[in-house]
Amino acid sequence: MMKYDDYIYDLSTPGRTGVDMPEPDVPETPIPAEFVRDELPLPELSLVQATRHYLRLSQKNYAVDKGFYPLGSCTMKYNPKVNEWAARLPGFTAIHPLQDPHTVQGAMGLMYDLQQMIAEIAGFDAVSLQPAAGAHGEFTGVLIMRAAQLARGETQRHKILAPDSAHGTNPASTAMAGFTAVQIPSDKDGNVDIEALKAALDDEVIGIMITNPNTLGLFESNIVEVCKLVHEAGGLVYGDGANLNAIMGVVRPGDLGIDVMHFNLHKTFSTPHGGGGPGSGPVGVVAELAPFLPGPIVDLKEDAGEYVWKQPAQSIGRIKSFHGNFGVMVKAYTYIRMHGAAGLREVSETAVLNANYIQARILQMGDYPIPYGHRCCKHETVAQGKISGAEDIHTLDIAKRLIDYDFHPPTIYFPLIVHEALMIEPTETEDKETIDAFLDALDKIADEARETPELLHKAPVNAPTRRLDEVRAARHPILTRLPSATATQ
Amino acid sequence: MTLKYDPNLKYAETDEWARVEDDGIVVVGISDYAQDALSDIVYVELPEVGDEVSAGDVVSTVESVKAAADIITPVSGEIVEVNEALDDSPEAINEDPYGAWIFKVRASALSELDALMDAAAYEAYNATREH
Repeated sequence: MMKYDDYIYDLSTPGRTGVDMPEPDVPETPIPAEFVRDELPLPELSLVQATRHYLRLSQKNYAVDKGFYPLGSCTMKYNPKVNEWAARLPGFTAIHPLQDPHTVQGAMGLMYDLQQMIAEIAGFDAVSLQPAAGAHGEFTGVLIMRAAQLARGETQRHKILAPDSAHGTNPASTAMAGFTAVQIPSDKDGNVDIEALKAALDDEVIGIMITNPNTLGLFESNIVEVCKLVHEAGGLVYGDGANLNAIMGVVRPGDLGIDVMHFNLHKTFSTPHGGGGPGSGPVGVVAELAPFLPGPIVDLKEDAGEYVWKQPAQSIGRIKSFHGNFGVMVKAYTYIRMHGAAGLREVSETAVLNANYIQARILQMGDYPIPYGHRCCKHETVAQGKISGAEDIHTLDIAKRLIDYDFHPPTIYFPLIVHEALMIEPTETEDKETIDAFLDALDKIADEARETPELLHKAPVNAPTRRLDEVRAARHPILTRLPSATATQ
Repeated sequence: MTLKYDPNLKYAETDEWARVEDDGIVVVGISDYAQDALSDIVYVELPEVGDEVSAGDVVSTVESVKAAADIITPVSGEIVEVNEALDDSPEAINEDPYGAWIFKVRASALSELDALMDAAAYEAYNATREH
């Protein structure tokens, strides 16, 4: 039997090739001998072997095109194929960022419009499209906040607050920028604890990083007061845009008092997320912070009707080569234009409805506690893998068993403040039948947990690989594998 | 599984334990409750010998397959020794949380340890927490 999904070097045959290179029409220039390396040989395969190898691997993979992917906090919505069509138009693919701006007015116009659309959706005055991902946007936002305070002469500020439900990237971005991360506890309703916030605010605080809805899937009902308190202390409010999919067209973060925020185009605006392609994390700001944005950004000279590159006056500088991940911008632009304003609001309404349907049915089922289930959730709900009568079963076992039912598991063990967390985000693109099938699987797994716990402990049993040893992988990772001797002889 | 408590140790609310040796050096590790909650530990980021630390500082990080936890020093002073064996076998904390210490501090004020709980108080405190 041919095992096309074997390690690619094991499929290699010396001398085999997929393409015939044409004779060079320029003189050959050999690489100087001291730079020639032979320790990393290339596998030698025919085209059809290579095609089969990668197709087999892709068939083992799980993707949103294959099934339900309720990975909480990641907004794994369907990525419309029209986005790919738009991004592959030759007018977008056959241009170079160093071209004369007069010859790429269409691409610059798209970027300008996308800046304006994001500003409008979120209630900001200016947007930079440079950051390449969410955490990159956070880091950019932290630098912008600090630059604005330094410009006011406030050199003593070095602390950035974040709630204990925050994404780990928030304190990480703070540390990356050289500042001090301070954690603020949540209150019994899952909101920022206002008294703890007051106690933490002083003239050393740069600001707070806050996600709304937060990672418990709850709308921070104290958000206006949080912003007010931070502003009174001379601080700024950073909004983590990870959960924007819950509030588009309903609430604008800028109107709530947030000063700077990133947007995950690869979540909210349907560009591929995860292994599917690069991300993009544009940053929007209020007018006061606009001079500090990373540039160049696209500006429109109204009189000439011409798009130009502009470096904001007190810019923190460039934070990405060229102009960011342009192809991702084309896809997000396409998504926004396909939906329009009313459509984007409907996206959020349906995402929230789907999540609340899941929360209501899980509460009805009674097998999985939902610590904040007394509140309506937004786009996701956080349950617990604590099944009564099955104390030996943990969230990990439930997640692995869901793979057997052909669902991607939810996010597990996050947020950290919920013990045995199972964080479920359906997104708006799933129909009721799919969601019901997922909930039926959860229901069945709860029965299995009590009746045949050993089945859950060894799950998955119907997947391409059985339970992986995650502990060994973390303790003794093998990061490179060289071709075996037989394959290279 | 019953969690273990060592009556010879003092415990912090943040789940570190501390023991004073004869020469006044304070040894710090994490409790059985903490290692159980974290599950399989895969990496321990140790502090630097010679670092001056203040009580309440985050001086180390313990990572498991589930989460990363900050380790806070309960006393101020100088880090005089770190348990380098944890670089190669972080699982020692899971296997023997009260034997696998993380770092030692030459304390500038042993009275800071008075803020910690004894084993009985810590056990009672854990009973009030969700697990």
